Amino acid sequence: MSEVTLTVNGREVKRDVEDRTLLVTFLREHLGLTGTHVGCDTSQCGACTVHIDGNAVKSCTVLAAQVDGSSVTTIEGLADGDTLHPMQAAFREHHGLQCGFCTPGMIMMAVEIVKRHPQGLDEKTIRKELEGNICRCTGYHNIVKAIDTAAKTMQGQPAMAAE
Amino acid sequence: MYATNYQRATSLDDAVAKLNAAEDGKFLGGGQTLLATMKQRLAAPSAVVDLTKIPELKGIGVDGGTITIGAATTHAAVAGSKEIAAVLPALTGLAGSIGDPAVRNMGTIGGSLANNDPAADYPAAVMALNATIHTSKGSYSPEEFFTGLFETALDEDEIITKVVFPVPQKAGYEKFRNPASRYALCAVFAALTSDGPRIAVTGSGNEGVFRVSEMESALGSNWSADAVTGVTVSPDQMLSDMHGSAEYRASLVSVLAGRAVKKAG
Repeated sequence: MSEVTLTVNGREVKRDVEDRTLLVTFLREHLGLTGTHVGCDTSQCGACTVHIDGNAVKSCTVLAAQVDGSSVTTIEGLADGDTLHPMQAAFREHHGLQCGFCTPGMIMMAVEIVKRHPQGLDEKTIRKELEGNICRCTGYHNIVKAIDTAAKTMQGQPAMAAE
Repeated sequence: MYATNYQRATSLDDAVAKLNAAEDGKFLGGGQTLLATMKQRLAAPSAVVDLTKIPELKGIGVDGGTITIGAATTHAAVAGSKEIAAVLPALTGLAGSIGDPAVRNMGTIGGSLANNDPAADYPAAVMALNATIHTSKGSYSPEEFFTGLFETALDEDEIITKVVFPVPQKAGYEKFRNPASRYALCAVFAALTSDGPRIAVTGSGNEGVFRVSEMESALGSNWSADAVTGVTVSPDQMLSDMHGSAEYRASLVSVLAGRAVKKAG
């Protein structure tokens, strides 16, 4: 067993867990934060993407003990009270989802993509950066539009109009 | 995943001691291969010794014609390094083509080299650039280090500490991805080094990464894509599976070598 201390969405949590506990299991089953999804369980689909110390990672392929002492942000930690994060608002505005299963991972990855491209984003870059996040419904079109819009909002530029 | 015991090493000595104290321990880098393998119960080490928090394994240095990368440096850190991009953009490009952004935030150069997956990207750069792999016990040339599929010269308790790349005059990396897995079906790293041209192929060799000496000779007298596209390699040394036959991969080597040389300029 390992004692794992994390700051999750700004709140310090401490749990004794088996060493083999994956971060996603820690979040979902030990903390009840079920917004982070398990899709493929083989680190391909990206539904389990969360931020560890600001970096997007696939929480199904990280041990909770490995990130002991880190700060973790999940989809539950993005909104400011009732005010959606600009990325969440853009996904709603552009309907960047159908079934919604991949959405938490898409949004967490998208926030990191914007952070890593302070010079701005184009469609090609967004599509390339989404390589590790799989959506089986939308064909990505509205997801890309949502990210483009949110990037501009977050970086203070005029956004693409919603259709 | 079967039960395991997670141990965080604070120094190289501590890591070796923890590994040797375990019944069947394994070193853990970013875990992007090992943890996935353990989840499938294809590996079941009694302990994993995390190397990534050891300070001396971190960091990037560019100095006097060499690039030094600590073994626990992530692919994302290499891909995003302005220092490396200024002298060897083929290497930052290669690092930025591994897996996907989330995988690159965890995966490390030391882990990639120690695993020596036949479809991994870094072995091609190490082989083509004649990089030196430094370990807790000594150092290796690429030819000494890579010994076969998923096989290296490393002892069980030996740790890669850093990789030193001499900066070449020219370099280019061209990858042909499996459209589903996105791993290299074949990829070629072409470099014009101080010892002459070097061509390294990953993703295709049935013994892992390999050099193509006929192409290197041809480039010695004529550094151009045309010099290599006419050189064929034998399908006998190629992997063959549902994704591509040995003949197909052999053909890719010539095509991609031409593109890599062209990219190198």
